[in-house]
Amino acid sequence: MGQEASQSSAIEVRGLTKSFGDRLALKGVSLTIARGESVVIFGPNGAGKTTLVKVLATILKPTSGRVLINALEVKSSAEAIRRHIGVVTHQTFLYGNLTAYENLDFYARMFDVPRRRERVQEVAALVGMTSRLHDRVSTLSRGMQQRISIARALLHKPGIMLLDEAETGLDPQATGLLWSAMRTGENGEPRTIILTTHNLERGFALCDRLLIMGQGKILYEASRQVLDLTGLIEAYQHCTGVRI
Amino acid sequence: MKRLILWGLGLVLMFLALYLVFLYAPIEKVMGIVQKNFYLMVPMGWLSLLSYFVIFIGSIFYLTKRDRKWDDLAYSAAEVGIIFTSLALMVGSIWARPIWGVWWAWEEPRLTTTLVLWFIYLACLLVRSLTVEEGRGATFAAVVGVIGFIDIPFVILSTSLWRGMHPPLIIFEEGGLDPRMRLTLMLSIVAYTVLYVVILMQRVAIRRDEAEVKKLKGLVSQES
Amino acid sequence: MSFWSKVIAITRKDALSELRTKEIISAVLVFALLVILIFNFAFGARPEAVDLVASGMLWVTFAFAGVLSLNRAFIVEKEDNCLDGLLICPMSREVIYVGKVLASLLFMLIVEAIALPVFALLFNLPVLTAQLIGITVLVTIGFVAVGTLFSALAVNTKAREMVLPILFLPIVIPLIVAAVKASELALAGKSWGELYPWLPIIISFDVIFLVVAYLIFAFIVEE
Ligand SMILES: Nc1ncnc2c1ncn2[C@@H]1O[C@H](COP(=O)(O)OP(=O)(O)OP(=O)(O)O)[C@@H](O)[C@H]1O
Ligand SMILES: [Mg+2]
Repeated sequence: MGQEASQSSAIEVRGLTKSFGDRLALKGVSLTIARGESVVIFGPNGAGKTTLVKVLATILKPTSGRVLINALEVKSSAEAIRRHIGVVTHQTFLYGNLTAYENLDFYARMFDVPRRRERVQEVAALVGMTSRLHDRVSTLSRGMQQRISIARALLHKPGIMLLDEAETGLDPQATGLLWSAMRTGENGEPRTIILTTHNLERGFALCDRLLIMGQGKILYEASRQVLDLTGLIEAYQHCTGVRI
Repeated sequence: MKRLILWGLGLVLMFLALYLVFLYAPIEKVMGIVQKNFYLMVPMGWLSLLSYFVIFIGSIFYLTKRDRKWDDLAYSAAEVGIIFTSLALMVGSIWARPIWGVWWAWEEPRLTTTLVLWFIYLACLLVRSLTVEEGRGATFAAVVGVIGFIDIPFVILSTSLWRGMHPPLIIFEEGGLDPRMRLTLMLSIVAYTVLYVVILMQRVAIRRDEAEVKKLKGLVSQES
Repeated sequence: MSFWSKVIAITRKDALSELRTKEIISAVLVFALLVILIFNFAFGARPEAVDLVASGMLWVTFAFAGVLSLNRAFIVEKEDNCLDGLLICPMSREVIYVGKVLASLLFMLIVEAIALPVFALLFNLPVLTAQLIGITVLVTIGFVAVGTLFSALAVNTKAREMVLPILFLPIVIPLIVAAVKASELALAGKSWGELYPWLPIIISFDVIFLVVAYLIFAFIVEE
């Protein structure tokens, strides 16, 4: 993406709050993510992980605080930011009545992707779905739909991936395969990734850095180097008060 | 303090209006004593329109500023508005009975317009309580409020043209109104408008208190 | 021009999906025909009666058919949360509104294009005149302009299907009044000039509500 952006961090969040009516879902989150870094967010249900991802994805507007993505402000440059990010969640954003190809073609149009047909074939190959490309999405298995959803998020070659429980429905082998598809950027450099998951083990294996959220706040933050899996589990139990 | 003065002013104006209506204004020759109803009907009709204007202002500012106080205003105006609109319908119906011999006259565009307004008020109030995610109800009600307000000229125009009448450009199109009657009408309108403002302010204040109580309850339950 | 190419992409996507399932058009069409059938029994098909109520019948049918079809417009977008998928596309929120308006307009016009001749045939009415077709198209634009906005709102409420008529019908009453009156005149063989003042009311309703709904739409899909 832009040259000027490469000097600054990929994502910068300062004092972010988000309220739904009277309920505060995010209570002052601050976070900096460097280019190419992969950060995993853990936390119990209702911690605010999805809300944070949705704010970064410009689906939700921040109530207060600053959010910069590739040095662009979400409040003023949401449209430009959307070109830099790919979003995969446990919901696929796919239309069940259309075929996988038609879905990908539709999103390619929405992202102004050049040479649509070739690009759709490319991403379909990347997620291993070339053979079922012309089947209706509603006739595909849950994991296959998730693969198409990942292909959808890669169409416009985003530099940042936001993954909210993106492994939903995927078998262990596919998870590894698709992880590397999402992690490896167009020019071989790693993509910046934020992911949320409830699987401590897998999340730990994939990340450079990990965060634990609870009740709308970041409770714990550590680089993977300083921690092993048992350390993570201890920290998780300590932060959330949950025994695992 | 300001509210107290308004209360007092409203009270005085109310009594003055009553005096004018029953002792000062002459009895209409054709319709007789029934015509006194008019001094209640016109203010009610006026308030059901005015309330919509308040909703519109509240809604627009809520959408742009996202400040809760504007939503409180819009919500209160909808609630108070639907009461006055219901009253307008009742009074209109009581008026229709002796004049046209029926309880409801579709020929009367102002009555029909008021009925449509009543349904739009209802939509405004219902959409809020039917919204799943709390917090979005206020936004949705504001959207309905804006659309409803813009709809009003169309409602007035179409319901009056519907029965081949000219749209009532002013409320007092009865040209040959006795000057004493006109004075009485004007004063009634002012008195009821003051009453409306007082009730509206009271409702907004109550709503603020409700929110405060809810917040405190939340804090208490968090403590324990 | 990216605005319009994305609008068309949304409309095309909805049309493609409809082409495959035919769920909106077929259901709404059957509904419209059933309403016409029931009216026939309710009012008796005597020519005098038909002349009196024909135009009202037509617009009751189309208004309720409109509610039915507009209800579906945003339900598909909620099914796998596709609306969020649209919200992460690089475009303004208004693109979604315009794309959805065009798709709903297309479906409604197809239903009307089939229902109108059936209506003409069953009641022996001169329905296929330029005036009546013109009125139908113009009024449908107004329905869709308001209905698309409220449809996006109604999918976020409890009892989705019940909410749309409660919001939609009071607002379009002026449009229905104008449509009934104008169609009455058109069925009586009146010329364009004699449709005054109803035609200007319909057109200004369309223009004003298209603009206002366009401006206000973003507030509904955003939080
Ligand atoms: N649209 C909404 N309206 C109202 N409240 C919401 C909305 N979305 C989320 N919330 C609230 O915000 C808080 C955080 O929710 P969020 O979905 O971000 O949690 P999460 O960490 O993703 O949980 P999970 O692990 O279950 O996915 C919860 O209390 C939730 O009830
Ligand atoms: Mg979540």
